[in-house]
Amino acid sequence: MRAPSSRDAALGEVLLAVEDVSLSFGGVRALTGVSFDIRKGEIRAIIGPNGAGKTSMLNVINGFYQPQAGRITFKGQVRTSMRPYAAAHGGIARTFQNLALFRGMTTLDNIMAGRTLKMHRGFFWQLLRYGPALKEEVEHRRRVEEIIDFLEIAAIRKIPVGRLPYGLQKRVELGRALAMEPDLLLLDEPMAGMNLEEKEDMSRFIIDVNQQYGTTIALIEHDIGVVMDLSDRVVVLDYGQKIADATPDEVRNDKNVIRAYLGEPHGTSV
Amino acid sequence: MASIDPGLDTLPKLLIHNAAAIGARPAMRHKDLGIWQAWTWQQVLAEVRAFSIGLAELGLKRGDKFTIIGSNRPRLYWAICAGQALGAIPVPVYADAVADEMAYVVAHAEVMLAVVEDQEQVDKIIAVSERLPHLGRVIYDEPRGLKDYDHGRLIAFTDVQEIGRKKLADDPECLRRWEAGIAEGKGSDLSIILYTSGTTGRSKGVMLTYENTIISARNANTFDRLDCKEEVIAYLPLAWVGDYFFSYVQAYAAGYCVNCPETPDTVVQDRREIGTTYAFAPPRVYENVLTLTTVRMADAGPLKRRIFDYFLSVAGRWGEKILDGEKVPLGARLLYSLGNFLVYGPLMNQFGLSRIRVAYTAGEAIGPEMFRFWRGIGLNLKQLYGQTEASIYITAQPDGEIYSDTVGTASPDVEVKISDSGEVLFRSPGVFTGYYKDPAKTAEVLTPDGWVHTGDAGFFDPKTGQLKIIDRAKDVGHLKDGTVFAPKYIENKLKFYPNIREAVAIGAGRDFACAMINIDITAVGSWAERNNVVYGSYQELAGNPRVYEMIARHVDEVNRSLSEEEVMAGAQIRRFLILHKELDADDGELTRTQKLRRGHITDRYAPLIEACYDGSNSADISTEVTFEDGHKGVIAARVAIRDMRTYPVPAARMERAA
Repeated sequence: MRAPSSRDAALGEVLLAVEDVSLSFGGVRALTGVSFDIRKGEIRAIIGPNGAGKTSMLNVINGFYQPQAGRITFKGQVRTSMRPYAAAHGGIARTFQNLALFRGMTTLDNIMAGRTLKMHRGFFWQLLRYGPALKEEVEHRRRVEEIIDFLEIAAIRKIPVGRLPYGLQKRVELGRALAMEPDLLLLDEPMAGMNLEEKEDMSRFIIDVNQQYGTTIALIEHDIGVVMDLSDRVVVLDYGQKIADATPDEVRNDKNVIRAYLGEPHGTSV
Repeated sequence: MASIDPGLDTLPKLLIHNAAAIGARPAMRHKDLGIWQAWTWQQVLAEVRAFSIGLAELGLKRGDKFTIIGSNRPRLYWAICAGQALGAIPVPVYADAVADEMAYVVAHAEVMLAVVEDQEQVDKIIAVSERLPHLGRVIYDEPRGLKDYDHGRLIAFTDVQEIGRKKLADDPECLRRWEAGIAEGKGSDLSIILYTSGTTGRSKGVMLTYENTIISARNANTFDRLDCKEEVIAYLPLAWVGDYFFSYVQAYAAGYCVNCPETPDTVVQDRREIGTTYAFAPPRVYENVLTLTTVRMADAGPLKRRIFDYFLSVAGRWGEKILDGEKVPLGARLLYSLGNFLVYGPLMNQFGLSRIRVAYTAGEAIGPEMFRFWRGIGLNLKQLYGQTEASIYITAQPDGEIYSDTVGTASPDVEVKISDSGEVLFRSPGVFTGYYKDPAKTAEVLTPDGWVHTGDAGFFDPKTGQLKIIDRAKDVGHLKDGTVFAPKYIENKLKFYPNIREAVAIGAGRDFACAMINIDITAVGSWAERNNVVYGSYQELAGNPRVYEMIARHVDEVNRSLSEEEVMAGAQIRRFLILHKELDADDGELTRTQKLRRGHITDRYAPLIEACYDGSNSADISTEVTFEDGHKGVIAARVAIRDMRTYPVPAARMERAA
């Protein structure tokens, strides 16, 4: 249904470039000289076996970890260190491998929380909930309702997220990240622990987010099948090093990738 | 027979009339982005007019067929009226129909144009487009996901309205021509073709005129005293005759407001917010709500459970009498009021039924327990019996004359009689004009003097004077020993248990009766959770020995109840099994209105049925299933078969029978 040729042309300039990034914790090297870029409007996947450094890479991108070497260019600006708050302000939103929602709050309030950075009125104005503050809140609520409609979660709008099944919680988390209207959306294993139907739904939403809002998406995923269907380009990490960076089809047939996932062949050749 | 004013004999005329007479009253609401948006009759007229003229510009003309596919959204209802204003004939299709079924109806009706809800429906049309030679433009309501589609054929609903508005602005004669076109329409014109989801064979297109539908709707409105202050929620399939009447024809005739839910999942919440006053639902809906309540009550604290149980028994004893206006002692009245305050009121409010004046159940028999429960807590639940071919109404229960096992007396203007073979026949102004392009089938059902064969076996209950339906006439058979075997009668008894969602009774021409059962995943799933029964899938839960134990107890109770009935005592269930998958309309096992398609089920599950009669204790089955997106797979399972004891038929009756 997607027209690849028109997409390639549409893929624009580099939004984020990672150059020669290395990260270690004490003696453990999590990332070693990794470089790749994310172009505007694409769905970029980062895959690799367990412990390959995928989540570390995301944490470096959104400023949670400081790399010891290398540099990151986001929207043309070079940075070596950045706080997560600044990253969020700059337009990077993310979801987490293990959900990070306010469990006692409703779906609506959780997504509303994603609008925090967009609110301009101060704390006291919001307490008053009068005049400009009220007007602002109405506008934010409208945006949040659009997201609720988009993600088809109207039925759970007023339900505390702690009571929702896992697949729906994941969707709420995606909603909250979308509420920030990010330029770059980082998804950490958006489909972990889901059944086939939930995975298909989530894939559909990821594609729709990319198409409708034009959001650039970088995602980490375990399920290779899903990644190959979704993404425009794939980076493969293994033991903290980049071993491939190409289109899904090329990656699928890459010897290094096959070896990293299936292990070294013994005796017979692959 | 009733006649109708030629100024108000079509639906577009009624719309213009309502816009003039009660123009500022709400005609339609839709919850969008969390807020109820309302349209008055005047605004609806403006929306319909713009779309209608847009349709004319796209080439839709008198006599053309067009289809509507989607869930209950205001624009789809407007599209029906917009097409009718041009003299075109709407042919709605069930939104959950798989592409193949949809292709059959669209091709058979020679549909020229489609108005669909969203990408899902567009995809289905594209998938089968080479089989639809007549189909031209496809109009969609929801643009999401359709951006990259080829827009040579596709066009947005709002764009069509824009074409219409532009035409209206540019051409001063256009409005007059449009209104003249409406005035040209007559009550005897074909107004809609509704394809019935037949329990056998392909579906048939029932043709109804404006007169058929408007007279029936008027009569129904008078019967239940419905006026422009009613509120209904539109949530039943758009392609079903019930929704066409409740959410469209009766609304236009009475001028009441139709509310479209935000999404199909939010109906209960939306109903609560609106506070509907008039409701219609198949028994399944009432059953689901009760199952959900029972399941939740099982998780409540002991005090709450005691209060709930106690006041339900009070409701069971006095509720119906109070509802029917009978004499009730003061003490009981006070107790009932307390129950109303503590239990019934909050319960009704939870379901959004607090303001209901009249609620109907139809389509299937409703369990007597279920019926008593709802009426006991104060819902004015009534039964009606109808058919698409009758413009719904054949019989209905008047207020105050309600019984759980009858379907009421003949509706206004309807004559009902029982043929010599026991079949129910009727004649009314609502009788359809025929099946589209199928004169042979029409002749089988419709006699030259206007009587329609319903295909249902029934009789007038001498005690109440109301009609009782036994079963589909052709389904009533005999066991080998000559005992009468009415499968639906047995199935209904089984289905009254919340744990049993669906049942298929087999026995015609056999030595004894058997049953295939579908468990209800909500009820049994909740039971499993409370009893530490671990399961990974529907199939695993269905095959669990403890689930078998539980269902066996239900079957045993059904057998005991059958043994007490003279006619049915011989047809007790000797063996039963629990099916490994849910019966599903996508697999052709149920109709789109959730009725069993026996022939098809018997073929599909032939190995299981054989095993029931050859004495084996289990059987292997593999069935092809269709997933929601249309692709197919195979489910294989080994299904266990359980033997049941039967109850002796009381001796006195045996003698009489012999």
